Amino acid sequence: MSALSNWSWDYDGWIVLAGILCAVAASLPGNFLLLRRMSLLGDAISHAILPGLAVAFLVTGSRSSLPMFLGAVVVGLLTAVFTEWIRNFGEVDEGASMGVVFTTLFALGLVMIVQAADHVDLDPGCVLYGSLETTTFDMVDVAGTEIPRVVLVLAAVTVINLVVVVLFFKELKLSAFDPALATTCGISARLMHYLLMIIVAVTAVASFESVGNILVVAMFVVPPATAYLLTERLRSMIIVSALIAAVSATLGHVSALVVPSWFGYRSTSTSGMMALCAGILFFAVSLFAPQQGVLIRILRRQRLSLRILSEDLIALLYRMDERKSGVVASIGQLRATLLSGGFMSSLLMKQHSRKGHVIATENGYQLTNSGRRLGAELVRSHRLWEQYLVSEGGVAVDRIHGQAEQLEHFTGRELRDRLQQETSAPVLDPHGSPIPPE
Amino acid sequence: MIPSIVQPSNSLLPLSVRDLTVAWYRKPVIWDVGLDVSPGQLVGVIGPNGAGKSTFLKAIMDLVPRASGRIEIFGQSYKRSRHRVGYVPQRESVDWDFPVSVLDVVTMGLYGKIGWCMPVRRKHREAAQQALERVGIGEFAHRQISQLSGGQQQRTFLARALVQDADLYLMDEPFAAVDAATEKAIVQILREMKQAGKTAIVIHHDLHTVPEYFDSVVLLNMRVVASGPTDVVFTRENLEKTYGGRLTLLDEATEAMRRRERTL
Repeated sequence: MSALSNWSWDYDGWIVLAGILCAVAASLPGNFLLLRRMSLLGDAISHAILPGLAVAFLVTGSRSSLPMFLGAVVVGLLTAVFTEWIRNFGEVDEGASMGVVFTTLFALGLVMIVQAADHVDLDPGCVLYGSLETTTFDMVDVAGTEIPRVVLVLAAVTVINLVVVVLFFKELKLSAFDPALATTCGISARLMHYLLMIIVAVTAVASFESVGNILVVAMFVVPPATAYLLTERLRSMIIVSALIAAVSATLGHVSALVVPSWFGYRSTSTSGMMALCAGILFFAVSLFAPQQGVLIRILRRQRLSLRILSEDLIALLYRMDERKSGVVASIGQLRATLLSGGFMSSLLMKQHSRKGHVIATENGYQLTNSGRRLGAELVRSHRLWEQYLVSEGGVAVDRIHGQAEQLEHFTGRELRDRLQQETSAPVLDPHGSPIPPE
Repeated sequence: MIPSIVQPSNSLLPLSVRDLTVAWYRKPVIWDVGLDVSPGQLVGVIGPNGAGKSTFLKAIMDLVPRASGRIEIFGQSYKRSRHRVGYVPQRESVDWDFPVSVLDVVTMGLYGKIGWCMPVRRKHREAAQQALERVGIGEFAHRQISQLSGGQQQRTFLARALVQDADLYLMDEPFAAVDAATEKAIVQILREMKQAGKTAIVIHHDLHTVPEYFDSVVLLNMRVVASGPTDVVFTRENLEKTYGGRLTLLDEATEAMRRRERTL
């Protein structure tokens, strides 16, 4: 932790605060971009504002002026307008028209900035990657306290975004979910679209000098995408996304200081690390999310297939027992029919033996009465389904076994009773085997 | 009901459409549609795929630009009578993975009434809950919408239409791919609406159930092939006209126009 020994709240504290404000400000509208499936419009706008910045910069020669801000916001909005035009008149999809508009505007901005670079202090690298590290170089006096200008601007933008999202929560939600209904309710979906575009553009402009206009895209997209995996309500999604954004920013600065020192380097770019941390958080959540995570899904599937195998073992033993009462079957015999793995099969049979469904003997396993009841239920489900598929579904007799084999594992008492009713209480299944009574 | 004479507009008519044409890039989707709908009727809109049925409903609500035509709802423009119109879009038109609860979606029907920037209050949620009970899925109110079956999703939309408490309902295929129980529930609600004096215009695909469900029908295939009381208009001959020929010559002419525009 020697890299953190130089930590100074007067310096690093402001950087972290600037990062947090920027990330939170971007994540708020980002939620709606994500849900409207236009996350890349945030990307497009944050690139396209470049010529707006450049023009305003060339005209006023200053980075802090209001005209520069307005110029960039106007160009940002034009991006949204042009994108829609090109999509309508060029008959191409939104992605392509966005690509045309923002690369063209971005290129224009780049050309202008490079031209201007000789005269003014605005370099392309700073525009692209930002310079959070220089946060404290430009301080403003507010009521006797020295506050970095960047922090002041980002705080204002965060408040604006927060107010818009809270005030128009209902309207933004409806126009994202069902634009047609919104419009028929008198909440113009188009108006809400442009309101969203305005705050996206404002956020992009305010963020460009702190995290840069590429990495702000990460904050528009990644925290909301992470929150989307964790939540089921829009309100909680927005709150969680803001928290994740704040955590990414904090972790970003800390790891920008710490991680390089592990490899013997000095600190690296904070804004880069912020985006990286957000990405890592997303990856971790997509693996470990409690409902939709990859791991839990694999686990659920495994558990289900184990349950099915366990039931198949008992049902098989029941069928063997039908032919020869009190039969003793070895694991090998059971496995040969079910084509199942040896380890899992013996494990599951041991479990059945613990539960008293079977008795383990020297030569194998024998059904107990409770095991016989369990097997009878499964086989009854299976044969009732076969009967149902043939008599009600008109499926050929040689094709029913596979389907019934799946359905039997998801059929409870109630469904069996209904099957029995619908098939008018058969005694034999289509193959001529008896259907065990309930 | 095809207006042979243009009558002076009757303020009691829930819907009156004259010479409505909607075109995409000059290609007409619906063409010269005229229609009068009397109050308290269940009207089925029938026609093949691509006949412009959805476009027709959307044009009534100004959701798509119209090339020409006049539309009056209760004697006024759509803009003025918007609060009296309820819309049930196609189920597939929205993202069912959206992070909202069933109750949220139903409450959305009240957003117009609640007004800009005003919060949703308890009485609104209670009204939404009641509507959910009416369509028989009250117990699912707090589920996320992705956990609903297709029939339950459709009922959610119907509940949302109910809380809107409109006088004219426009429904885009409410019966598409729903289970038998849901179909029955929807028909029941439609009949209750009718008894309350409301009018519903419903896009419908299942020809077998048309005579049972609807008082009158509109047979649509770009233009109105026939419209009127179901027992008069819903005939084999009219159906053949509706499903048989699109206006192929018109299609060809517009295609030629498009080609000309490109070569110029």
